Amino acid sequence: MSHKPWIGQPVSRIEGQLKVTGVARYAGDYHVPELLCGYVVNSAITRGKILEIDTREAKAINGVVEVFTHQNRPSLAWFDLQYADMDAPSGAPFRPLQHDDIKYNGQPIALVVAETFELARYAASIISVTYKEERFSTDLESNKDKARNPKMGLATFLKPLPAKPSGDFDKAFSDATAQVSADFTHAAEHHNPIELFATTVVYEEDGKLTIYDKTQGTINCQLYVGNVFGLHYNDVRVISPYVGGAFGSGLRPQYQLFLSVMAALELKRSVRVTLDRQQMFTFGHRPPTMQQTRFGADAQGKVTALSHEALAETSQYEDYTEVVVNWSNMLYPAANTSFGYKLVPLDVFSPLDMRAPGGSTGMHAIESSMDQLAYALKIDPLALRLINYTDFDVTANRPYSSKELRQCYLQGAEKFGWSDRNPEPRSMRRGHKLVGYGMATGIWEAMQVLARVEALMTAEGKLEINSAVTDIGTGTLTVMTQIAADELGLPLENVTFSYGDSKMPFAPVQGGSFTVSTVGSAVKAAGKALRKKLLKKAKNMADSPLKNMSEKEVVFERGGIALKHNPDVIVYFKDIVATRKNKAIKTTNMAFPNVFKLKNYTRAAHSAAFVEVEVDEELGTIQVTRAITAVAAGNIINPKTARSQILGGMVWGISKALFEETVTDHRFGKYMNQNLAEYHIPVHADIHDLDVIFVTEKDEIVNELGSKGIGEIGLVAMPPAIANAIYHATGKRINQLPIHFDQLL
Amino acid sequence: MNNFNYTRAKNIEDAVLSVSQNSDAGFVAGGTNMIDLLKYNLIHVTLLVDVNHITGHQAVTENADGGVRLGAFATNAETAYHPLIEARYPLLSRAILAGASAQIRNMATNGGNLLQRTRCYYFYDPHTPCNKRKPGSGCSAVGGYNRIMSILGTSEDCIAVFPSDMCVALATLDAVVTMQGVDRTRSLPFAEFHRLPGNTPERDNNLQPGEIITSIDLPANGFEKNYSYLKLRDRSSYAFALVSVATGLDLKEGLINEARIALGGVAHKPWRVKGAEDFLAGKPPTPGNFATAAEIIIAGAIGYGHNNFKIELAKRAIVRNCLMALNPESQRPGAHPSL
Repeated sequence: MSHKPWIGQPVSRIEGQLKVTGVARYAGDYHVPELLCGYVVNSAITRGKILEIDTREAKAINGVVEVFTHQNRPSLAWFDLQYADMDAPSGAPFRPLQHDDIKYNGQPIALVVAETFELARYAASIISVTYKEERFSTDLESNKDKARNPKMGLATFLKPLPAKPSGDFDKAFSDATAQVSADFTHAAEHHNPIELFATTVVYEEDGKLTIYDKTQGTINCQLYVGNVFGLHYNDVRVISPYVGGAFGSGLRPQYQLFLSVMAALELKRSVRVTLDRQQMFTFGHRPPTMQQTRFGADAQGKVTALSHEALAETSQYEDYTEVVVNWSNMLYPAANTSFGYKLVPLDVFSPLDMRAPGGSTGMHAIESSMDQLAYALKIDPLALRLINYTDFDVTANRPYSSKELRQCYLQGAEKFGWSDRNPEPRSMRRGHKLVGYGMATGIWEAMQVLARVEALMTAEGKLEINSAVTDIGTGTLTVMTQIAADELGLPLENVTFSYGDSKMPFAPVQGGSFTVSTVGSAVKAAGKALRKKLLKKAKNMADSPLKNMSEKEVVFERGGIALKHNPDVIVYFKDIVATRKNKAIKTTNMAFPNVFKLKNYTRAAHSAAFVEVEVDEELGTIQVTRAITAVAAGNIINPKTARSQILGGMVWGISKALFEETVTDHRFGKYMNQNLAEYHIPVHADIHDLDVIFVTEKDEIVNELGSKGIGEIGLVAMPPAIANAIYHATGKRINQLPIHFDQLL
Repeated sequence: MNNFNYTRAKNIEDAVLSVSQNSDAGFVAGGTNMIDLLKYNLIHVTLLVDVNHITGHQAVTENADGGVRLGAFATNAETAYHPLIEARYPLLSRAILAGASAQIRNMATNGGNLLQRTRCYYFYDPHTPCNKRKPGSGCSAVGGYNRIMSILGTSEDCIAVFPSDMCVALATLDAVVTMQGVDRTRSLPFAEFHRLPGNTPERDNNLQPGEIITSIDLPANGFEKNYSYLKLRDRSSYAFALVSVATGLDLKEGLINEARIALGGVAHKPWRVKGAEDFLAGKPPTPGNFATAAEIIIAGAIGYGHNNFKIELAKRAIVRNCLMALNPESQRPGAHPSL
C-alpha cells in the first residue's frame, strides 16, 4: 500500500473538536495559582495632558494590589528602536504609560491590578483624572491639506510605495475614447475577532516569564518584551497555541502585553490583562481613506490611461502605509499612468493591517472604475477585463510566475450564469425587487519570507515538527501536518505539529497570506533533510537491505523506507531510531525564498467574484442573494480549510461593502459605536448562497509547494462586485463604503 | 460595575417593598439591558432584586373579556411562540421575533421590554454630554452622529429613540399596562405609558420609583386576519429598527373598518397618529389612501442630518406594510420587506 498524498485532500481541522467543545485554551484562559487581574483605564480625551490622576480611592479598596500610571511605572527602554516590533512602520512606536501626554482617545493611561477582574474593573471606574485638553484633528476629509508623502523605512520596502508615472497620462486620458473618474471614501474599520485581546503572564519561580498572549507572532512578542523590559530573550517565553481569529490585529504586540508584563515584573506575581470589547476600539484599525481614479480607454476597450490616488489616515507618531494604488497597472497594462499615495497624520492610534490591507481598499476603486468604463464603452464588464488581460506585469517588467485568472473569469461566469445578464441597469426584476449582477477581479501578492523548522523522528517511529508559527484559525496546524506527513509518507496520526511557542524555531508573524509558502516550505525542507538522514542511518545498519541504495531507489511509506522495486523490503523508522539507543533523529532547516529565481517573476494569487443582489425598489434594502468566487492560488494544500478561508473572505467582503464602519464623532475625536451591537458585521440572515471554485494553477516558481496564500484573496474582489451589482440593479453608483440602503431610496 | 447585594424576591409585595425602601435598589428580570447598564457603569445599584422567581406573572392567559393577559415575567420568546399569541395576536408575535436575537429573547421579559433604555451612542458614553444620562449636560446627538435618532416628538434636549419592536405592536393593539407599587395597583393605556422627552428626557416612562409592571393586557381584537410588521434596519437581525411599522386592519366588504398603524425607530415612544387611522376608516385599502395616511403620520417630522432619510423611508414603509397587511402571507421571518 503506497502513500496517498495528504496534500490536496479536504482534511478536517485537527484541533476542530477541541475548539468547538471548549477544551482549547486561549491566552486569557490560562489559570495559575494566585493570579492577579488587570484592568486598563483609557483616556477620555483625545489630545492633551494628564494634570492629575487620583488613584487613592482605588488603591484603598481591599483586594486592589496596585495602580500603575505614568507616574509610578518602572524605568524602561529609552529608544524608539527598542519598541519597534517586526511589523512597526516608520516612526516612534506608541509606548504605554510613557508620560502624561494624551495622543488619542482611549489611550491606556493606567492599569489597575487586583485579586479579581471584577474588582480591578470597578477600581478602574473610580479613578478620577484631570486633563488639560488640547485641540485635535481626527477627520480625514477636513484635513486633506495636511497630506504628505509617507516616510521610507523597512515597512515601505515590504509594502512598496506607488510606481513612478509612465508615459503621458494627461494626454492619454484626454485622448481616450472613454473616460471615467470617480471618488471613493472608506470608513475606518476596527478589529473584532471573537477572542478578545488578553495576556496571561506567569511569573516563574526563577523570575522568568511564561507569557500566554493573543498574537500572530510569538517571537515578535518575545523580542519586544525582551527589548522593552531589558530581559534576556531566553527568560521570556511567549506561547499562543490557539488564537480566536486575528486578521492582522495580532501582528504587533498590543498594549495589554506591555501592561501585563510590566505589572508581573514589578509585583513579582503572575498577572492577566484582558481587554473588553470597547477596548478593542482603542488600538490598530483599518484606516479611513479617500481615493480618486481616472481611467481612459480606446474604442476597442483597451485601457490606455490609469490614474489612481489615495489619501489615508495615519497617527501623529507612525507612518502606517498600505499598498492601495499599485494594483491597477498589474492587471491592466496601460502605458500611461500616474499614481499617488499620501498620508494625513491625525490624532488617532496608528492604523494596523486588517485582512487584505490596502488591496481591499484599492481594488474597490479600481474594479468599480472598470465597471464604469465598461458602461461608458458599452462593453460587457467581463469582456472588458478579457480585452485587457495580460500574463505580463508591466509595472515590474516581468511575467507572472503563473496566472490562471482567465480561467477564474470563465469558470466563475459559467457557474454563475453571467450570460443571462441584461446589461441595462434596472432591467432585471423579481416582484418589488430589482436584481443586479456584478463582477470584479481580485489580486493579492504571493509572498514568501524565511522560517526555520525542526523535524524529529521519535523512537515510536512518529514524526514531530516544531515551529514558532501561530495558527490564527486558518488551519495552519492541519496543513503543516499534511505537508509533513507527505514528506515521510506517514498517516496524519503519526505526525505532531507543535507550534505557537517562541522556544521553537523561528517563524515570522503570521500575516500577508505568506504562512503556507514560508513555514510550509520550511516543513518541506526539514522533511527532506530528515529523509536523507534516516536513509543514511538505515544504510549504516547492520545487514541493511538498503545498503548501496540511493534516495531515488527507495520510497518513504508505511512508517519506514521501502525499496521501490521490491516493496516487501522495508526498514521501519522505529528500527532506525532503535539503533541510536532510541534517541530521536533530528534536523533543523531553514527555507528561504529563492530570490535569484523569484526576481524574474511577479507572484500573485488572483480571483474573480460574481455577485447577485436584490434591492427593494421603494425601500432600498439590499440582499446579496448569491456570490461565487473563483480563485487561482496555485496548489491548494487542503481544499476544505481553503474553502473556509475564501468563504470567510467573501463574508468579510459583504461586511465591508454593506455593514462595517467605525463611526467617529469628530467633535469629541472618538469612535461612537464601540460594541458588536452597534458595530455591524453580517449576521447569518445576511449571508445567502456562497460558492467557491479553485481553478487549476501550476506554479513551479512561487515556492517549493507551488502554493499561494489565500488569506486575503477571497475578500478583495467582493466589495466592488457588490457595488457593481447594486449599480446594475438600481442605476446608482455608490462609491462610499459601506453602502447603506437609504442611499438607494 | 460596582459590587452590590443581590436578593431573590419571593413575591411581588416583597420585591416592591425592598426596592421602594432603597433609592439605590433596582429590579432585575432577564437582565438583557440591565446588565449592560451596570457594565457600562451607567447605573450603580447597591441592591439588585431578582424577580425571575416570582410565580403568578409568568403566564400568558385568557381574560374574561376575551382578551389575553401577558405576565410581565414571561419571556419574549415564550410570548411570541405561545399558541394564543400566534393564533390571535400574530402581529405581536411577529414584532417580538423581529427584535434582538434568539438568545436575548429567551432571557428578556415582557415587562423588561417596555423598560429598555435607548441605544443612543451618547447615552452609553459617559464622557459625552447627554441629558438623558445626566440632566442638564446637553444633547450630543443633535449635531452629532444621529442616523439612528428620532424624527418625531423630539425636543431640543433629546432626540433619542425608544428601541423596542414588541412595544410597537403593543401600541397598535391598544394594550393596557398594569403596575404595582407599595400601596396601590394601577393601569395605564399603552399610549400613556411611555413619554416624549420634552425637558425631562431622563424619564422614559410614567412608571413611578418602586413600582413594577406585573402584566400587559391585550384587548380582544388582535387584527389576526390583516396585520403586518415591517422592520427596516442596517442588518437582518440583531440590529435596532431605523424605521419599523406595525399595521392592523379590520376590513369589511372591501373597505377599511378600522386601521391601526404604529411606528418604531422614529421617536421616544411608539408613534401612533389617530388622525391617520380616522382618515382610513371607511375607505378602500388602496396605495393612495395608505400614502395619504402616511403623510398624516409623518407630518411635522424633523431630520437632524444623518437621519433625514427616515422621513421618506417611513412614508414608504407605511404604505408597503399596509399592503403587506392585506396579504399577511407575504410576511417573511425577520420582518423583512416583501411583496
